[in-house]
Amino acid sequence: MSDTASSIPLSQRLAARGLDGLTLLVVPAILFSLALFIYPFFYGLFLSFNPKAGGALANYQRFFSDSFLYGTIATTLWLALPVTVLTLLMAIPIAFRVRTMKHQRLLTTILVIPITLGTVLVAQGLLNYLGPQGWFNRALLTMGLISTPVKLLHNYWGVMISLVITGFPFTFLLTLSYLSGVDPALEQAGATLGAGPWQRFKHILLPLLLPGLAITFCLSFVQAFSVFPSAVLLGAPAGPTRVISIAAYQAAFEEYDYSMASAVAMIMGVVQLSIVVAVLAARGLLYRGPAGGGKG
Amino acid sequence: MTIHAASFRELRLDRLSRDFGTHNALKDVSLTIQQGEFIALLGPSGCGKSTTLNIIAGLLPATGGGIWLDDKRIDPLRPEERGFGMVFQNYALFPHMSVNKNIGFGLKMRGTPKAEIERRVAEAVGLVRLQGQTEKLPGQLSGGQQQRVAIARAIVVEPPLVLMDEPLSNLDAKLRLEMRAEIRRIHNTLGATTIYVTHDQEEALSLADRIVVMRDGQVRQVGIPEDLFSRPDHLDVAEFMGFRNKIAGKAASVSGEHATVAIDGAAILGRARNTIAQGAAAHLAIRPEDLHPVAAGSVGLKAQVISTEFRGREFVGFARMADGTDLSFLAHDKLAPGSEVTLAAEPDRVLVYGAAA
Repeated sequence: MSDTASSIPLSQRLAARGLDGLTLLVVPAILFSLALFIYPFFYGLFLSFNPKAGGALANYQRFFSDSFLYGTIATTLWLALPVTVLTLLMAIPIAFRVRTMKHQRLLTTILVIPITLGTVLVAQGLLNYLGPQGWFNRALLTMGLISTPVKLLHNYWGVMISLVITGFPFTFLLTLSYLSGVDPALEQAGATLGAGPWQRFKHILLPLLLPGLAITFCLSFVQAFSVFPSAVLLGAPAGPTRVISIAAYQAAFEEYDYSMASAVAMIMGVVQLSIVVAVLAARGLLYRGPAGGGKG
Repeated sequence: MTIHAASFRELRLDRLSRDFGTHNALKDVSLTIQQGEFIALLGPSGCGKSTTLNIIAGLLPATGGGIWLDDKRIDPLRPEERGFGMVFQNYALFPHMSVNKNIGFGLKMRGTPKAEIERRVAEAVGLVRLQGQTEKLPGQLSGGQQQRVAIARAIVVEPPLVLMDEPLSNLDAKLRLEMRAEIRRIHNTLGATTIYVTHDQEEALSLADRIVVMRDGQVRQVGIPEDLFSRPDHLDVAEFMGFRNKIAGKAASVSGEHATVAIDGAAILGRARNTIAQGAAAHLAIRPEDLHPVAAGSVGLKAQVISTEFRGREFVGFARMADGTDLSFLAHDKLAPGSEVTLAAEPDRVLVYGAAA
């Protein structure tokens, strides 16, 4: 080490690298995530390689040889992917409309209420509303649009609808915040240059929004992928909506095989991670700079 | 040069108004602009100049009045149907498009064939001197270069009208002078009718063929730079145009072009700018650079020196009159704070406004 470097006190050299007294404030957060996330994760990973019987990979071999188990991946994806795409497709136009509204806060509040209610209450409400004797079917019957009640409960559609309802507010809020980050002058500039509403969306807003929409997609997808309450309450947990978290639940609390349950949880994590990584990798190909008009 | 301005005879604003709820941002603004003119809308912030520009561009609907391009009423048209070029205050360049793509955007929207887009973009790039920067993203350019892209993007579509909203306000002083000359040069080359919004009187004076001074949502005076500079019609326009010393007095005598105002026992002669009633209240307006110390006992404004600042060739002095009116003036020598001074200006450089102004 040179003379000049050693003559500067250690505390100053650390501060130059961004380490000072304030840095200590992140210690509780690190401890918190170590205790509540990192440790349980590695504990579960370790547990999954210590099956009740057989070699280290026995749990994984069992999972991928039993269609009743590995089938849950497809079942869950078949719910989570369409739900995520659908909520995103709904959120974009609504966010566009809400962005220019006067009473934006009121509408945002109304749209966000489903988050605060929680999935169970929404499921409970849907059980009444969508049931054969519920308002929805009775309204359709009265209007003569259908002759027998539509079956929307205890099957795929019940879970799908409830996931859209509970997932939408989150997707919407994220989309709205990304949209608000785009300088409105860019759209005005597009308009003065002769671009109509659709061209402005296609050439200006969408390219600037896509990176944010990719993040929104990932977060919404992860939420939908871990569906449990509505799959049990509104779906057919023994069949068409036997999602992966149900498989983990059954392993843990019906078979009391925590090792197998951990293995299912790990597989669930890997599936989520691979979708998220794929989306983020695609996002890496997009423009990701500021969404404002230069030096404002 | 094949980029040229689309032709029309005149653009007419007919009693344009804009209400924001209870607040009148614009009141009956009427103005006729000839093809090829460079018009500056000048005024303090909140005077309605940007509102006027946005209404012309179609970005803001007027709540009254109309806009006519020759015999065609254009105010019901959407901005994309008007085809005016606009340069925004923060440039509003598309951050995800290269310089070439930004400039070519308007042509692409008009369905221009690709080869022609390339040719015209290259020409516009040459006009704003951005050769060699064309594949960069706006974020990689300096403020002045971004400004050039914004101008090129607006003019490449050959708009009948170019609208500029304080385009130089985000640049530093040196670059501002450079770009000012550049904007004038481009205007001279293309001859595109330009409406330029600014709060900087120097910018307006140096660029515009005609200046429209606005205040409180109304047009106060329209004129060529020389007239506005030396003969403002109203006291507030005079103040805005640099006649920063405003001194209240009583009109002693009025004869034709000239008026004498009694202030603190002295009779100051000046040019009458509006109707002044003898014996009624009147104001003098004098530029600081025209007001100088004179020998004690001469006719002038008596004041006490507050401070003097060295400005290179001379000193800028600040003084206060007995009635509390603050004056600024130019002096050749440093004056001691607290000393008494008598200040006077050439009668031709003193403007007198009656109470109506």
